[in-house]
Amino acid sequence: MKIVCRCEDVTEEEIIEAIDQGYTTLEELKRHLRVGTGPCQGRTCMKIIEKILAKKLGKNIDELKKTTIRPPLKPVPLYIYGDEDEE
Amino acid sequence: MKMKSKAEVVIIGGGVTGCGVAYNLAKKGLTDVVLVEKNYLASGATGRCGGGIRQQFTTEWNIKLAMESVKKFEKMNEELGIDIEYEQGGYLIIAVDENEVKEFKKNVKLQNKLGLDSKFISPSEAKEIVPYLNEEDILGATFCQSDGHAYPFRVVEGYAKRAEEMGVEINRFTEVKSIKKENGEIKSVMTNRGEIKTNIVVNAAGGYSREIGKMVGVKMPNKPFRHEILATERYKHILDPMIISFKYGIYFSQQRHGEIVGGIGDPDEPSSYNIKSSLKFVERFTSVLGKILPAFKNLNIVRQWAGFYDVTPDAQPILGYTEGVDTLIQANGYSGHGFMVAPKVTELIAELIVDGKTSLPIDELNLKRFEGETVGEAYVVG
Repeated sequence: MKIVCRCEDVTEEEIIEAIDQGYTTLEELKRHLRVGTGPCQGRTCMKIIEKILAKKLGKNIDELKKTTIRPPLKPVPLYIYGDEDEE
Repeated sequence: MKMKSKAEVVIIGGGVTGCGVAYNLAKKGLTDVVLVEKNYLASGATGRCGGGIRQQFTTEWNIKLAMESVKKFEKMNEELGIDIEYEQGGYLIIAVDENEVKEFKKNVKLQNKLGLDSKFISPSEAKEIVPYLNEEDILGATFCQSDGHAYPFRVVEGYAKRAEEMGVEINRFTEVKSIKKENGEIKSVMTNRGEIKTNIVVNAAGGYSREIGKMVGVKMPNKPFRHEILATERYKHILDPMIISFKYGIYFSQQRHGEIVGGIGDPDEPSSYNIKSSLKFVERFTSVLGKILPAFKNLNIVRQWAGFYDVTPDAQPILGYTEGVDTLIQANGYSGHGFMVAPKVTELIAELIVDGKTSLPIDELNLKRFEGETVGEAYVVG
């Protein structure tokens, strides 16, 4: 068993199974398996998943549509955005 | 894979409405159906929403529709063979001024008359349900235990898989380019992957529904508005209900896996197809959250995104036949509460197509209502 997404505990086998079921884009794999939705936001796992998907589809990694990168770049407490005097 | 070139019904849109209609048509025996979605399934509003399932509304029709939908959500794991991550932790709607107290009490009366288990409670009773609540700044709340939330992506997966098993063809990454009609009759749908001959089209395109209307010369009043949302890291279970305030426009809940997901509406947001995230949104969300649940300001945000509310002038959906192009069936305009009513609405649309009549009346939600005066839904949040 090889863990690919460490935040959400998703294995290589689960990713391959999902691709076989028809989840053939990175955005779909993300929503189906929650890969890349934890604290690292895909910085650890997404490169590996791209490799697995490209190999399964017989494509180059450059041909895959990448997932949207969403703010913030790393997890931060909400109060950073709010009224500081209340903290 | 080659797409079918002919079908009895073509559904435009692969969100909860489109996939729900596909499932319900197949369940009623109509399986010669093709669904087209320009992106992946649930890539629009369905997959971007907060997943809330609420029955506390202000019009009789919306309350009934939501109650019927909850009955279906309660049996959905079994019916669709998938875990939709449904939790009935209730909805706590906080009242922050005297006017809300008065209105909420009146609305609870109507809801109770229709059989809903909602009630008006005191600030200290609300604090028993949500221990972290700052009860000093509220005047009361309404609570309905059978309200809750689910994971919208799973619901769509369930509908789509079961529909496909029964014979429906679902085409992702297939965009509608035009619709051919002759003498007010639909003849075919042109996509980037070819033509599909059909006489019946279901317009379930959410924020893009008005663009589909334009393709057959039908003017629709729907307008897309960006609504932003965020998710925190996972935490131990600390919040049972979805908390909302109509006055502040905020909503948030804790999902099955522990993340807090919430949003806040912006009254200054113009109608547009802008779907970018903004810093202003998180600042406004945090500032209001700090008033309601001060401790939650310490939670870590991991991600923010946005989606469209497909908004009509009376905040009610547009359902049913289209005058002038009769076989264009409208199923859009949900104005921010499409997911929660989808189980019943999509069944009604399937009834309309197969039986020519519906088990709950939908005549008042026809597109042609915008020619006259209308009574709207007051409970819109986010």
